[in-house]
Amino acid sequence: MKLSKEQVLHIARLAKLGLTGEEVEKMSEQLSNILENFEILNKVDTDNVPPTAQPNALTNVLKDDVVKPSLPQDEVLANAPQRDGDYFKVKVVLE
Amino acid sequence: MLDGKQLTISEAHKLLKNKQISSVELTKACLDRIEKLEPLVKAVVTITADLAIEQAKKADDMIASGDCKPLTGVPAMIKDVICTKGVKTTCSSKMLENFVPPYNATVVEKLNAEGMVMVGKANMDEFAMGSSTENSAFFTTHNPWDLSRVPGGSSGGSAAAVAAGEAVYALGSDTGGSIRQPAGFCSVTGLKPTYGRVSRYGLVAFASSLDQIGPLTHDVTDAALVLNAISGFDNNDSTSVDIPVPDYTKCLTGDIKGMRIGVPKEYFVEGMQKEVEDAVKASVTKFEELGAIVDWNVSLPSTPYALAVYYIIAPSEASANLARYDGVKYGFSYQNTDNMWEAMEKTREIGFGPEVKRRIMLGTYALSAGYYDAYYLQAQKVRTLIRREFDSAFEKYDALVTPTAPTVPFKIGEKAQDPVQMYLSDVFTIPINIAGVPAITIPAGFADGLPIGLQVIGKPFAEEKILKVAHAYQQATEWHKKKPKL
Repeated sequence: MKLSKEQVLHIARLAKLGLTGEEVEKMSEQLSNILENFEILNKVDTDNVPPTAQPNALTNVLKDDVVKPSLPQDEVLANAPQRDGDYFKVKVVLE
Repeated sequence: MLDGKQLTISEAHKLLKNKQISSVELTKACLDRIEKLEPLVKAVVTITADLAIEQAKKADDMIASGDCKPLTGVPAMIKDVICTKGVKTTCSSKMLENFVPPYNATVVEKLNAEGMVMVGKANMDEFAMGSSTENSAFFTTHNPWDLSRVPGGSSGGSAAAVAAGEAVYALGSDTGGSIRQPAGFCSVTGLKPTYGRVSRYGLVAFASSLDQIGPLTHDVTDAALVLNAISGFDNNDSTSVDIPVPDYTKCLTGDIKGMRIGVPKEYFVEGMQKEVEDAVKASVTKFEELGAIVDWNVSLPSTPYALAVYYIIAPSEASANLARYDGVKYGFSYQNTDNMWEAMEKTREIGFGPEVKRRIMLGTYALSAGYYDAYYLQAQKVRTLIRREFDSAFEKYDALVTPTAPTVPFKIGEKAQDPVQMYLSDVFTIPINIAGVPAITIPAGFADGLPIGLQVIGKPFAEEKILKVAHAYQQATEWHKKKPKL
């Protein structure tokens, strides 16, 4: 199936991914090619086959709730692009 | 790297233990080699010379006090997707170009406890997405066997560094072949352990149900030594499995008489290079000579679907994992706007390279409303079929043997413009991650001087069996001893 430019832009918005005009063109072409290769899966009979999310089939792995020291605040905030005291600083969310 | 000779971990350990050489001397030899070869090979994103010397001094103290573990004082290269406290961990991405992790990955903690000397952080395809290191945002690594060719990927820096003698061993990560394919391309030994054998804590996530850390080494004994050190359950990774860790060197007897080896016919496909097919078949004959019982006609019929399954599941998981790069907590951040959403979109537009964007788009699409059942759910169901076929094969066989890749290393630039062609270079390694089973790649010959890799696959948590088979092969052959002339 062919992905239109509008579809590409819709997916990019869902992914919060900015794309240049050139990238949109290229993406529509390349993603369509890749998706074509996925059609092979429609031929597989998977009636009554359960899905596998991860190979070891572990479920609800729990651990004891032990109090431990957290990472020092300064170390964690050291990589913050914008910092205000002990907070990560973000752009205005609500005008 | 001593007098031009490349040492294995076991050889280096012996010299260190007998005090014939110090860790500082060994480390300096590696650092010299790095300085000399990096302009050609370009395997390393960050050279950690000062840290390495400091760690080597500590290792020498350990050794002087009588505490010389197998990895103590032996120089290592760590793939730049594994978090190292206080040392930049870039994932070869503009997004993390200046990211300094506040903690160590569990594997790094474990290696530090052994007295690791880290000489550098290895180049890779951005966020481990790729098969050639051409997707690195910084530079492409060159194959030490032929500098005009790719080293494979995504752990291409790790593989090239070991092949070139810039480090004695390396850690890589493997989501669809990212340890084994470059190991094959650079003629080194590369092991992807069973999913859950090694903790993923501190491994920057690409596809969480497929990712696994493993060693790249000069031989199988070294792979076993590194696996001993990094394996085991970790409270910080709830997908790691609480199964005892054996001494993986104990199984290396060289005796594989009576072991049952299967050769799946779906791994010999049209379009694969004749020399690769011949070399792998010759290796299987070698196993027969060593007394293994070989079945040349095994079938894993769902194999042709693995590539499509992978390119739905891996990008889907990646699109969720990479949502964290929003320019707020760490990493590249676009500041030239007051609008939060625009800042986020621009951050990701500028911070991510083309392949990462492609996979985020692919995954977002496969998970989006109306397509989830057709793509993601169907892929997960076919994943079950692939796993079941491996499970039933391992009721009959101790190991399966296949080529690692359909060709020898390709030219830099040859496949860079065609994603589908690039994806095909992982066609033999991908099914192993989908099933979550362990596999090891070992050198199995050359075609016109270019390396050919052999893959040995085992059942979950049966690393001992594949190590045993691979080790027996190395006892009987010399391929792994050949080193590139640089």
